[in-house]
Amino acid sequence: MKKLLSLTGISTALMISKSALAEYGLNMTQGVTSTSQDIYDLHMLIFWVCVVIGVVVFGAIFYSIISFRKSQGAKAAHFHESTTVELIWTGIPILILIAMAIPASKVLIDIETLDKADMTVKITGHQWKWQYEYPEQGIGYISNLAQSSKDAINSDKKPENYLLEVDNPLVLPVDTKIRFLITSSDVIHNWWVPELAVKQDANPGFINDSWTEIDKEGVYRGQCAELCGKDHGFMPIVVEAVSKDAFAAWVAGQKAGAEAAAASATKTWSEDELMASGENIYNTNCSGCHQKDGSGIPGVFPAMSGSSITNGPAAEHLDIVINGKGGMPAFKMLGDSDLASVITYERRAFGNSGSVVQPSDVTSAR
Amino acid sequence: MNNTAAHDDHHGPEKGLLRWVKTTNHKDIGTLYLWFAFAMLIVGGALAMGIRAELLHPGLQLMDPHFFNQLTTMHGLIMVFGAIMPAMVGLGNWLIPMMVGAPDMALPRLNNWSFWILPFAALILVSTFFMEGGAPAFGWTFYAPLSTAFAPDSTDFFIFAVHLLGFSSIMGAINIIATVLNMRAPEMRLMDMPLFVWTWLITSFLLIGAMPVLAGVVTMMLTDRNFGTAFFDATGGGDPVMFQHIFWFFGHPEVYIMILPAFGIISHILPTFARKPLFGYSSMVYATASIAFLSYIVWAHHMFLTGMPVAGELYFMYATMLIAVPTGVKVFNWVATMWKGSLTFEAPMLWALSFVFLFTIGGFSGLMLGIAPADIQYHDTYFVVAHFHYVLVTGSLWAIIAATLYWLPKWVGKMYNEKLAKIHFWWAMISVNVLFFPQHFLGLAGMPRRIPDYSLQFADFNWISSIGAFAFGLSFILFAYIVVDCIRNGAPTSERPWYSAKGLEWTLSSPAAYHSFNTPPSRAEILEESQHS
Repeated sequence: MKKLLSLTGISTALMISKSALAEYGLNMTQGVTSTSQDIYDLHMLIFWVCVVIGVVVFGAIFYSIISFRKSQGAKAAHFHESTTVELIWTGIPILILIAMAIPASKVLIDIETLDKADMTVKITGHQWKWQYEYPEQGIGYISNLAQSSKDAINSDKKPENYLLEVDNPLVLPVDTKIRFLITSSDVIHNWWVPELAVKQDANPGFINDSWTEIDKEGVYRGQCAELCGKDHGFMPIVVEAVSKDAFAAWVAGQKAGAEAAAASATKTWSEDELMASGENIYNTNCSGCHQKDGSGIPGVFPAMSGSSITNGPAAEHLDIVINGKGGMPAFKMLGDSDLASVITYERRAFGNSGSVVQPSDVTSAR
Repeated sequence: MNNTAAHDDHHGPEKGLLRWVKTTNHKDIGTLYLWFAFAMLIVGGALAMGIRAELLHPGLQLMDPHFFNQLTTMHGLIMVFGAIMPAMVGLGNWLIPMMVGAPDMALPRLNNWSFWILPFAALILVSTFFMEGGAPAFGWTFYAPLSTAFAPDSTDFFIFAVHLLGFSSIMGAINIIATVLNMRAPEMRLMDMPLFVWTWLITSFLLIGAMPVLAGVVTMMLTDRNFGTAFFDATGGGDPVMFQHIFWFFGHPEVYIMILPAFGIISHILPTFARKPLFGYSSMVYATASIAFLSYIVWAHHMFLTGMPVAGELYFMYATMLIAVPTGVKVFNWVATMWKGSLTFEAPMLWALSFVFLFTIGGFSGLMLGIAPADIQYHDTYFVVAHFHYVLVTGSLWAIIAATLYWLPKWVGKMYNEKLAKIHFWWAMISVNVLFFPQHFLGLAGMPRRIPDYSLQFADFNWISSIGAFAFGLSFILFAYIVVDCIRNGAPTSERPWYSAKGLEWTLSSPAAYHSFNTPPSRAEILEESQHS
């Protein structure tokens, strides 16, 4: 009843106030790749074919409704069969379909053919974030929903790209043939960026491929397009297409950052340092299921507080976080310092009294 | 004429509530099916109201995402297995014996059992909402491994419920095939049968072919979840994509199971109110059979993005496009039936006419979705949601409502309130389009389906869609009132309330007696009432 009341409140409020909303789209994007343009053209072709057929069929129905009314004195004819007519309206649709199938096949074969890629990006879907790896450049990272969007879920003030902003976007060079290798570590996800017209299932245990060649620099946003559990709606994709030079500079910066992170894993951290860094990592990676206060969701996601894992021996805790277990995904893609921080946080926060875990413990546990 | 003999009186219905538990009568069971379906429609509709309330505007106002996923999953399952399918079986039960000149269904006790499984299956399914971890939350398509390794414990109850629903459907289908083939009036040839009977006969074969496949796939889920198998788990040598192949090998025939009887219903109503015989009776039969055959060989068009080889994509695209041919034939035949007719627009005709319009719109979006490269942009967006609601709500459900109003006078011997029925029609017709048409735009603009919250560019259309949904949901209260009012206070009607209606059911008294035909109709009567004369 309370929900119903708030609902009527919301609806009346919305009916009265004309809220400032971003521009809305009516049609498919033309995108920024030749593939997306081809698909858009095909879409419009089929659309207009359907419109023409619709005008003919609906026109005939409307004509009947208007002209053959009993109230207008229409007398019913008695014809009820004509093989010729049946053949005509079987044959003409077949011809139309063939005319549609030819361009459709051409576009499909174009999309599915990639002779040689200039570079490769491996995309791994996790519940509920994306992992990007550049095997040739030797870099990789995780891309989560931006904190600004998470904070805005229950607030009236939504940021401009609400739910379409991430902490680490996928950076790609323009005018480069890029091969995507797409897979998943848990359930099926789908990596979709409409403006690139790349949409491919990420299947656990299998690798799918797809490709793109971006014509225009810019920021392109997409979302996971396969139901993947609780936060399916909260794992967006942001692609930053930059010039080749800017891409090279970005790669160099990433490499330097990775080296710094590796160096930090060899030193011994204080508990305060671990807890501070761990809280951020926990809120980004873990709180979606185990909740910000560590209470979990009974029957689906176990609680952190008072658990025998978080209060028990560190080895078991390390094993579950690194390798996953059942519905719990593996987090081995996080760095040693990050894993040590988050595990320490889980063991010391929420009223727990487990031991502190150092990055070196993670290194030896891997 | 009245074919029910006088001796019928001493084995009429039992008195009291036990009548409904023990009944083996096709009319009683048809009634039970229809009321059950209506109850499920209300439950599934209430879940849909929850979904649209959450989507009314951006942000999470009413529920957490996990509960939202439970709503979408249960809404789909309840509407497909609890509302549409049982309603069609209910109509089949009521009408098929009357249409083929039979006294009852061929297997009356099986009939009782196949109905009485349903309420228990539905209770098990709905009870999962109250279990720890909540109801199934993986979509009505329950793709593995989200529905196996990553699913709540209640999934095993869901599997059990699906098994029960499958039993019920298979038994219902066997009964209909046996009735049509064995109980048909001896003088009635197959090509004399009315189209509702033809479409249900063909649907029954789809059910018998498809439901065991569904039972198979949920059993594989069950053993993956509990007994250490790895059908859908790559780490054990299985393949999650195989789940989708098996599911859609059931799932695609399933959508025709829900729409073919609707085609039959429309083929009865349009000729009656056009006062002209159905155009192309035999081509309608052949088109139905072709659609049924094609429905078995197009399943992977739901899976264009799973990583299928290009040859597979081309084949499934061509096969899918082919379905447009027999479906087009049906629509053209309906238009030709109205052409040069003498049309009146009573409520059943309004529903049937708007079925032809709106189902065709759903057909167009279906054709678009079948184009594999374009499907890259449509797949799993609100464009798909709009498409299947146009074919299932303004297709199947529209036909069910049309059939209810059309045959209600025969069932209860009284006429519904035409004025209210027209108000209800326009209310539902307008609100359903406000509800679903903007979803085409949402999908094309890039809104994925099954998300509880969305970015700001989708806000306007979601708001419009939700307002349409609330109005559409309310319209069913009026529908219930119209039906109950007809049963209680309707004006008595003649045996053939729709002057120009053809069919053996109209030769029976209104309301039809407890047993339909105790002596089979003669050849002359059958020909007089057939759709192709």
